[in-house]
Amino acid sequence: METQKSIKLVCITKTFGEVTANDAVCLEIHAGEILSLLGENGSGKTTLMNVLSGIYAPDGGNIFVNGNKVTIRSPKDAFALGIGMIHQHFKLVDVLTAAENIVLGLNENKLVDLKNVRIRVKEICDRYGFVVDPDRKVFDMSVSEKQTLEIVKVIYRGADILILDEPTAVLTPQETDKLFAVMRNMKADGKAIVIITHKLHEVMEISDRVAVLRRGKYIGDIPTGDTNPQELTDMMVGRAVSLNIDRTEPQNLTERVTVRNLTVRDIDGVKRLDNISFTAYGGEILGIAGITGSGQKELLEAIAGLQNIEPGASITYLPREGKQVELVGKTPQDIKNLGVALAFVPEDRLGMGLVGNMDVSDNMMLKSYRSGKSVFTDRKTPRELAQQVVESLEVMTPSLSTPVRRLSGGNVQKVLVGREIAGNPALLMTAYAVRGLDINTSYTIYRLLNEQKMRGTAVVYVGEDLDALLELCDRILVLCAGKVSGIVEGRTAKKEEVGLLMTHLGEGAKA
Amino acid sequence: MTKQKKEPLVRISKRTSGLPTWKAWGIRVAALAASLVVCALVIYAIVKMNPLKVYGAMFEGAFGTNKRIWVTIRDTMMLLCIAIGLAPAFKMRFWNIGAEGQILVGGIASAACMIYLSKTVTTLPLMLLMLALSIVAGAIWGFIPGLFKAKWNTNETLFTLMMNYIAIQMCAYFVALWENPFGSNTVGVINPQTRIGWFPKLLGQDYMLNVIIVLTLTVGMFIYLRYSKQGYEIAVVGESENTARYAAINVRKVIMRTMAISGAVCGIAGFLAVSGASHTISVSTAGGRGFTAIIVAWLAKFNTFVMILISALLIFLDKGSIEIASRYNLSNHVSNMLTGIILFFILGSEFFINYQVKFHHGSKREARA
Repeated sequence: METQKSIKLVCITKTFGEVTANDAVCLEIHAGEILSLLGENGSGKTTLMNVLSGIYAPDGGNIFVNGNKVTIRSPKDAFALGIGMIHQHFKLVDVLTAAENIVLGLNENKLVDLKNVRIRVKEICDRYGFVVDPDRKVFDMSVSEKQTLEIVKVIYRGADILILDEPTAVLTPQETDKLFAVMRNMKADGKAIVIITHKLHEVMEISDRVAVLRRGKYIGDIPTGDTNPQELTDMMVGRAVSLNIDRTEPQNLTERVTVRNLTVRDIDGVKRLDNISFTAYGGEILGIAGITGSGQKELLEAIAGLQNIEPGASITYLPREGKQVELVGKTPQDIKNLGVALAFVPEDRLGMGLVGNMDVSDNMMLKSYRSGKSVFTDRKTPRELAQQVVESLEVMTPSLSTPVRRLSGGNVQKVLVGREIAGNPALLMTAYAVRGLDINTSYTIYRLLNEQKMRGTAVVYVGEDLDALLELCDRILVLCAGKVSGIVEGRTAKKEEVGLLMTHLGEGAKA
Repeated sequence: MTKQKKEPLVRISKRTSGLPTWKAWGIRVAALAASLVVCALVIYAIVKMNPLKVYGAMFEGAFGTNKRIWVTIRDTMMLLCIAIGLAPAFKMRFWNIGAEGQILVGGIASAACMIYLSKTVTTLPLMLLMLALSIVAGAIWGFIPGLFKAKWNTNETLFTLMMNYIAIQMCAYFVALWENPFGSNTVGVINPQTRIGWFPKLLGQDYMLNVIIVLTLTVGMFIYLRYSKQGYEIAVVGESENTARYAAINVRKVIMRTMAISGAVCGIAGFLAVSGASHTISVSTAGGRGFTAIIVAWLAKFNTFVMILISALLIFLDKGSIEIASRYNLSNHVSNMLTGIILFFILGSEFFINYQVKFHHGSKREARA
């Protein structure tokens, strides 16, 4: 018989250097309940759950399971207590099958009986409505299948408290619905589920109770039925926030970049982009939607001169004033020398857009350090620009000489976007510009993009949050497996329609 | 479920916000002091001698006479010069462990000038020619692995290491070619009477020119790495090649150029070794200093001024241990142990600078080195 379990976290404190990630947080988790752990990025949700699942040791505080005080030193201890966590980044071995991954690390002292494993996996699947083929290799699986496997793995190990860290971030709307159905089945079976998220509509849809963290502090919990998104936002941010994006009608549309027949292969010869054609106009925001890894990164990098492009393609750039320029076959140096006013906010902020160990000021000169004839760098202009960016975008930094890797994700992004916009771009490309940012910073970024649109810049916005894409963009190009699966109007398109285009090629594929 | 686990006694976590400079140096000095205490215990336990006397002997070994002082300075400058050469390569995260070879080819170039041109070229042009040729030789030796890395992404660690062996074999060939006297299998002191191609005395000191050359390089490299556009490119490439490509930096060009510069400075070190110190060439002209300098460069985090301190400390330890070994008739191993203990503490202190150690029961006190 399964006992009705409850977990109590009392005054959990965890610090990283000077940063207090959790400040005396108390939380209760009950069986048969779905609890949403809500908070902005950096509010300590994941840290708290990592403490519970044995990855971090707390600096202070106690954990009680069924009223008994326990010490969790490793994920193994957590499993022994029936606590299992499904991380945002899956921990699976690609070359093994599903069944092998499930038994991996169980350290049973006898031979592994895969037949038995299959039977038990099937039992679990039937019980909750999962679909897992135990003999399939992980590298053949889609993201959502891998996630399902992670959940089955945790249940197989006897977990009755499941922690899911932003499970929907990588899923399409349809896959999210499926996941939620499974979660409801598990709840009905008496399991306790904690879902970490910052998407409010999901909180409202799935959870029974919401606990809110803000800057490492526990703000409170409230039954989902008694609250609404606006109230939750105010709790998360600590003050009233308006959740609207100002979308102006595009004006004076001018052709800026026209891509024709763009094909890109990766180092293994696999087509990442397949015959892509579209036009981005100055004065509009063109959204790019798609499942992660559908070619978004390659598309932006191809335009920036960072990808090898297959023959037969053309990328023509038409500046605000002057003659059009062909970008195919050009290196980033060439593109710069041609005077293309291109700004690019890449997905990997510290690995590509910025130098983590350099300070704000040195990062400002990353693209402009060549200016002037002197062999020495000009330090004054970038310092002034850094000062200006820090002030106008409210970058929280101890000083201008703090390495940017020490800043929080949102501030890193503000530095990057601030620098790119300062170059007065005619074309601004952003990849996952608000990923991992808190609500406030996200809206700052949306505002900056809209300002660029209004001054006639062609903005290309690669995003993953469909709600934000539909609210922000004038048109949305949907990528599916490296092909254009359709281009829809941001004002009229439905979320489900975009979700379908993301997984199935639409008739727009040939356009 | 009742199985109780104890909390671990000690927990180690990374310092995310860095220590203030004075605290970091405090830890380093404390480590040095602690190492001296441990050495004293070891000395007393093993050889039953007064540690203070041993330390005194070490000091005398390095600074006992005017001549010793200048030899210590000369060797410090040599080590410093190599470390300066390695700095740009390592700052670019290019693992140049080929300084030995780069020194040797620079030395071969210098020795060749001294042997073949001593009768035809006058002193000053000869010196300049030797400098130029050793720079070119070292630069080529550094450029080759840079080229292969840039074009075909070969592993630079293996490549530079193998270049060392080529240089050693080349050197063995030239030693045989220039053998003097016949049958000795050494080159012997070159131009012992005329002293052509030797560093001249400056201000009455044999090694003053070494100091001037290396200190000029120290300042020059500091400025180059910190304030020049090329130095900025090196830093960006070292941090992330992706970022460099994104910033329209020609990564291949930077790798090749930086390695040529790195090799060139090591080539100058070869010139110093031959013309400014030993006045001969042998396969042991570099003598492992190309490897020791790696420690110097990394410990100093590529700050050439800090490198002065570290090379001086290493040379001091070296001279001191030779002295105590000979004066007290100690085995070489004892002095090596002492050097080892001191280095262990100094390297170990970096751990306490980068990490903090917390004890379970102590509240939030930070452990000191």
